Amino acid sequence: MIDLQLKKRLTGAGGDIFLQIDCQMQSGEIVGIYGPSGAGKSSILRMLAGLMVPDQGFIQVGEEVWLDTSKGINLRPQHRNIGMVFQEYSLFPNMTVLQNLEFAMEKGADRKLTKEMLEIIGMRELADQRPQLLSGGQKQRVALARAMLRQPKLLLLDEPLSALDREMRKNLQQYILQFHRDFHLSTLLVSHDAAEITRMSERLWVLENGSFVYDGEPNLYFT
Amino acid sequence: MLETAPFYLTVKLAFLTTIILFVLGVPLGYWLAFSRFRVKFMVEALVSLPLVLPPTVLGFYLLLAFSPENALGKFLDTYFDLRLVFTFPGLVVASVIYSLPFMVQPLKSGFTSIPKAWLDAAYTMGKSRRVTLRKVLLPNMKNAMLTGAVLTFAHTVGEFGVILMVGGNIPNETRVISVAIYNEVEAMNYGVANTYSLILVGFSFLVLMVTYFINHQKNSLLTYD
Repeated sequence: MIDLQLKKRLTGAGGDIFLQIDCQMQSGEIVGIYGPSGAGKSSILRMLAGLMVPDQGFIQVGEEVWLDTSKGINLRPQHRNIGMVFQEYSLFPNMTVLQNLEFAMEKGADRKLTKEMLEIIGMRELADQRPQLLSGGQKQRVALARAMLRQPKLLLLDEPLSALDREMRKNLQQYILQFHRDFHLSTLLVSHDAAEITRMSERLWVLENGSFVYDGEPNLYFT
Repeated sequence: MLETAPFYLTVKLAFLTTIILFVLGVPLGYWLAFSRFRVKFMVEALVSLPLVLPPTVLGFYLLLAFSPENALGKFLDTYFDLRLVFTFPGLVVASVIYSLPFMVQPLKSGFTSIPKAWLDAAYTMGKSRRVTLRKVLLPNMKNAMLTGAVLTFAHTVGEFGVILMVGGNIPNETRVISVAIYNEVEAMNYGVANTYSLILVGFSFLVLMVTYFINHQKNSLLTYD
């Protein structure tokens, strides 16, 4: 189970909003977070990842407390077992595809896994290419594979498919679902695409002006 | 009489200054690029001060600071047996201060040009700041590193005022090329001064040309696009 209580004043283009959420998700769930831009969707993921610190909050994943502002606990991103994929790919141009994957591995980890991962995403032939030469879909496949290599408990997807065309999206959605199942992940998917969320997630949180206004099945909300 | 010692001293000084400033400039540039420290602007102003101050002002205060009559100079002399007035080590310290902005500013822009998401990605992959700096940041800002190094080197070669104030004009110790030229002109040896000067012009032009050439190369050693 993942327990998430966050309070933070966010300063955005449309003025300040006060983000205040208190929610739980089950292990193995895939939850979509939907809402207008600037509502604070990405900020939730960033706080889960430890890249942003809430004014007040509590985060527990399984047995581990990652954040408890009342006790001064705040695990650094490096110590939270997460995989995160960003909209803008964030592959490192100074490394090849394979090196990008290897970079994610812990020191002394089994290198065989990177090769296997290349097979899974169907990019064995492109292992020695620099990421700049890849298409958007290929880049995002590498970024996804890279996030998976640390075998995270929690996968955070911040609009990972927004920059891709329809075909690529469908293709990537399949990979995400496959990884989610095979690696027994809990997944949070931020998206502003209703069809994508309906297709991907079992549960939907709708964020408006900093708080969740809906928590339930995606189908019921979008019809 | 054309001597080789001034050339040797100049290159040695510029080389040492560049190396020391690189080691100092990376953490300082990193800090200036990423810190949210409130009074960062004061540190920025301090770093850039040598750009606007007349070298003589800087040299004057360094001379006072290094003097064994004063606290810092006395301290260095007593505990480290180090004299910085009219010595080569003094020139190195002065040059490091004088050329600080030429190294720090390019490095800071280099750090700023790296997309923030790359840092986030590395941190969520469990990589420390140090590893991220070494494996992700620095390799993707080679342009900035080259610019910083070349500017620092060239600026140190071109130093005059600070050197004359702090180092004086001691053969084989502090008489670098710029001082040697001044010396020859004072002695009315225009021919020798001209030879020194021409060599300096040629050298500076060459260094800058090579730098710009490398910077303009696509798919070069510097970028990955």
